[in-house]
Amino acid sequence: MQLTLEFGGGLELLCESVKIHNVNVDLEAGEEKLTMKDLLSWVRTNLIKERPEMFMKGDSVRPGVLVLVNDCDWELSGQLDTTLEEKDVVVFISTLHGG
Amino acid sequence: MEDNDGKQKKAGGRLCSICTQRKAALKRPKTLEQICRECFFDVFEEEIHKVIIDNQLFKSGERIAIGASGGKDSTVLAYVLSELNRRHNYGLDLFLLSVDEGITGYRDDSLETVKRNEVQYGLPLKVVSYKDLYGWTMDEIVKMIGLKNNCTFCGVFRRQALDRGAALLKVDKVATGHNADDIAETVLLNILRGDIARLGRCTSIITGEDGPIPRCKPFKYTYEKEIVMYAYFKKLDYFSTECIYSPNAYRGFAREFIKDLERIRPRAILDIIKSGEDFRISTTTKMPEQGTCERCGYISSQVCYIFSCLHI
Repeated sequence: MQLTLEFGGGLELLCESVKIHNVNVDLEAGEEKLTMKDLLSWVRTNLIKERPEMFMKGDSVRPGVLVLVNDCDWELSGQLDTTLEEKDVVVFISTLHGG
Repeated sequence: MEDNDGKQKKAGGRLCSICTQRKAALKRPKTLEQICRECFFDVFEEEIHKVIIDNQLFKSGERIAIGASGGKDSTVLAYVLSELNRRHNYGLDLFLLSVDEGITGYRDDSLETVKRNEVQYGLPLKVVSYKDLYGWTMDEIVKMIGLKNNCTFCGVFRRQALDRGAALLKVDKVATGHNADDIAETVLLNILRGDIARLGRCTSIITGEDGPIPRCKPFKYTYEKEIVMYAYFKKLDYFSTECIYSPNAYRGFAREFIKDLERIRPRAILDIIKSGEDFRISTTTKMPEQGTCERCGYISSQVCYIFSCLHI
């Protein structure tokens, strides 16, 4: 599945300072759909190069990291249970950096 | 148009609870309402307007400096204040005021953001530097004293630098971008440190009214999540890198705790601020007296120590 992932608010520093990543995420064998939960563990394994604790806490994002799926707050679409579709755009923004 | 269908599905067809017309784009932490982007811009700006009016933060004809770091809070503050000033005829002369601590790879980059903001929002910018004011950059100070007390030095210097810059601009007040999350965090830190004097002051929306230049916090009740969402939806240009010298573990811990609480119950942030405001401090509690530095005459109990330490 082709997705566009965007990292902002300082999170890009965890993935070699690249803000926008066009990625191809394969479904796990036997799975029919890709959820945000799956995507987060994929991102942690494949994109995050340093300090993963700045991005995740448990199986979700660290509190203070905002997530938008197609420019919509993931708190409206079920957070970890949000189902992703082809060409979706997922944005992660940290709110934890200085003001 | 397939993409649009996909977006519809994802939001579960939820409509904005204010206009009931457009698709909701975010959940407000303060009210848990699900609202669309346009209604969000309206309520976000108008709530800040209401805070400004209810607390009489500004008077018509005043010159106001916005403490601008190039980060999200001050960038959104500069944008919203210039917008509200126009829309509601506040009659304010707005300026951007930045402090250059002299931190290579951090402040030099964020100052570039402020310089772009100067052009984007048409607000005159004044930069005051530690090097000009004190003869030392933070890079030089860290080289000399190491990473132990550097944040104390920097904090004392910044406070004074903002006042000096404000005096040079001849402004009546300085507005800073401290948001509700910052204030809740400070309430908690002051409790954890037993700092009763600061606990009493830290929730005030206007401080330093007895001093030369008062400061105010128009974002006192504004959630960090909404500030970042606003900046994102408006595509505002801001800088986000942590200061290279600031490990500040204690504050980081308080911050993380607040964010954990917010996830469980977003109201917690406003409730902590309310607790901070409503504390009654026993009259027998000894308050530290605010001293004056013998070297520079500035209010502080620490400047002398700092000055002697740096052999200025």
